[in-house]
Amino acid sequence: MTALTLSNVCKSFGKVDVLKNIDLTVEENEFVVFVGPSGCGKSTLLRVIAGLEDATSGTVEIDGQQVNDVPPAKRGIAMVFQSYALYPHLTVRGNMVLGLKQAGHPKDEIERRIAEASRMLSLEPYLDRRPAELSGGQRQRVAIGRAIVRNPKLFLFDEPLSNLDAALRLNTRVEIANLHRQLDASMIYVTHDQTEAMTLADKIVVLRDGRVEQIGSPMELYNDPANRFVAEFIGSPAMNFVPADMIGGNTGTFIGIRPEYAQLGQTGQLNGTVIHVEKLGADTNAMINIGTDKPFTVRAFGQHDVLPGAEVGISFDQAKVLSFGEDGKRL
Amino acid sequence: MNKARRNPFNIAAMHGALILYTLIALFPVFVIVINSFKSRKAIFREPLALPDADTFSMIGYQTVMKQGDFFLYFQNSMIVTVASLFFILLFGAMAAFALSEYRFKGNTLMGLYLALGIMIPIRIGTVAILDMMVATGLVNSLMALILVYTAQGLPLAVFILSEFMRQVSDDLKNAGRIDGLSEYTIFFRLVLPLVRPAMATVAVFNMIPIWNDLWFPLILAPAEETKTLTLGSQVFIGQFVTDWNAVLSALSMAILPVMVLYVIFSRQLIRGITSGAVK
Repeated sequence: MTALTLSNVCKSFGKVDVLKNIDLTVEENEFVVFVGPSGCGKSTLLRVIAGLEDATSGTVEIDGQQVNDVPPAKRGIAMVFQSYALYPHLTVRGNMVLGLKQAGHPKDEIERRIAEASRMLSLEPYLDRRPAELSGGQRQRVAIGRAIVRNPKLFLFDEPLSNLDAALRLNTRVEIANLHRQLDASMIYVTHDQTEAMTLADKIVVLRDGRVEQIGSPMELYNDPANRFVAEFIGSPAMNFVPADMIGGNTGTFIGIRPEYAQLGQTGQLNGTVIHVEKLGADTNAMINIGTDKPFTVRAFGQHDVLPGAEVGISFDQAKVLSFGEDGKRL
Repeated sequence: MNKARRNPFNIAAMHGALILYTLIALFPVFVIVINSFKSRKAIFREPLALPDADTFSMIGYQTVMKQGDFFLYFQNSMIVTVASLFFILLFGAMAAFALSEYRFKGNTLMGLYLALGIMIPIRIGTVAILDMMVATGLVNSLMALILVYTAQGLPLAVFILSEFMRQVSDDLKNAGRIDGLSEYTIFFRLVLPLVRPAMATVAVFNMIPIWNDLWFPLILAPAEETKTLTLGSQVFIGQFVTDWNAVLSALSMAILPVMVLYVIFSRQLIRGITSGAVK
């Protein structure tokens, strides 16, 4: 059974086409991440799935039923917003209860679900507080709790971690991953952070300018990107692109080398000057000017003493090199 | 900034300026109130003196109570002001919500059209309004005044409120939609509480001119049973003789209810501002 099927979904605001012919299936219990730069349409796509925006054309099916004309509350979904969007005048309990009351669930059922959700998210001590009295992380947990109690077939997360600080982001990321393992539901998660995408997803959808660039598991995208955009977007530090004729390839085409597949040495396939070194403890990133627009990044594991200004050679395994045509497509 | 704020000289100057302004603003009110408790001779002999045992007199208040149905005027003014404010806030907020929340053709045009009333004084249309009221048989009814004041207040209300409603987070409204709230519930339960400070501002802006208005009561509802307080007080001001005791007493009493309303709204205003600041 598929949790969600999008076929040929388009969305335009006036003359601006925000989504162009999106086709996508989400299987049951799958964790799908939409990733892409700002303005690529990922949040709009999520809103179309939620029913907060109407698709201009195409069909949206949730759990096997076409829902184009079904209001958000009846789609069997729950959504967690970037800004938490808690009701400021209601307590934590009130925030979680509201949707269930509207749907007309019996009282003991509501109580049971609230108890369950607040246990999962350790929200019990805060049930009678208002959102203004909670920290950012707690508010985000309440927002997730409000989604859980609805017992949805499909969770929608709209950049839920971008308002949290770095340490809390890591914790909450783990919590969301745990939640996905415990709950019997599919999740769609929107982010512009490729680390979140790589760590959480079963399947990543890379979007650019309202189009799907590639769909695949994190490792598929990492090892086998369909084009230069995906190759550059996935992986950090980003992949290096070098005109192929610098190492004896066809003029106009490019080769891509991940920073972690290249090594520094006295000599190598490429030569250049070190312009900057970042020491992170576990690894060392060296940026080397090889005469292209962008410096070439080499990621060496462990701690290395490389000084800016040094002349170095870069060597890499030919088998790890990806080739891209003039149009950016993989060759 | 902090240093300047702690400097005793600056503090003194700041408070001095504020106190001076308060005195200037309150002085006319003070004069009206003290003179309303004095005899007619004392008002003219020493207008700025406080009432003492000799000059103290309740004659003004007695005249006001005896002549005309003062409580009825009072009640009329109150009904007109409160009902007009209620309709201005209700319809203004609803129109503002529609303008800020929904995308439809002619949205901007509609907004401009509704704001046009800010620039065109409603009194220009007095003759047409009177014609209309006569045709609909609303002359000499409080309804006529309420309708006119509502029309007069709506443009500014829509303008201010739609600006504020644009700032209410979309996510919050969408969260409500996903929880199955109707658009009306979203409007009344989520959006209105968040724009309360703006509502209070609109209410305060509209209340005073409505309460004090003489023009429309005089033209649309001059009958005895629909007279407002401002119109009712005019009986004491004659072409040759003016009963100053009565006028001052009537004015003193007219201040009270509008002050109560103001306190209610301004507390809302302050609460709205501070709740945002200390979050």
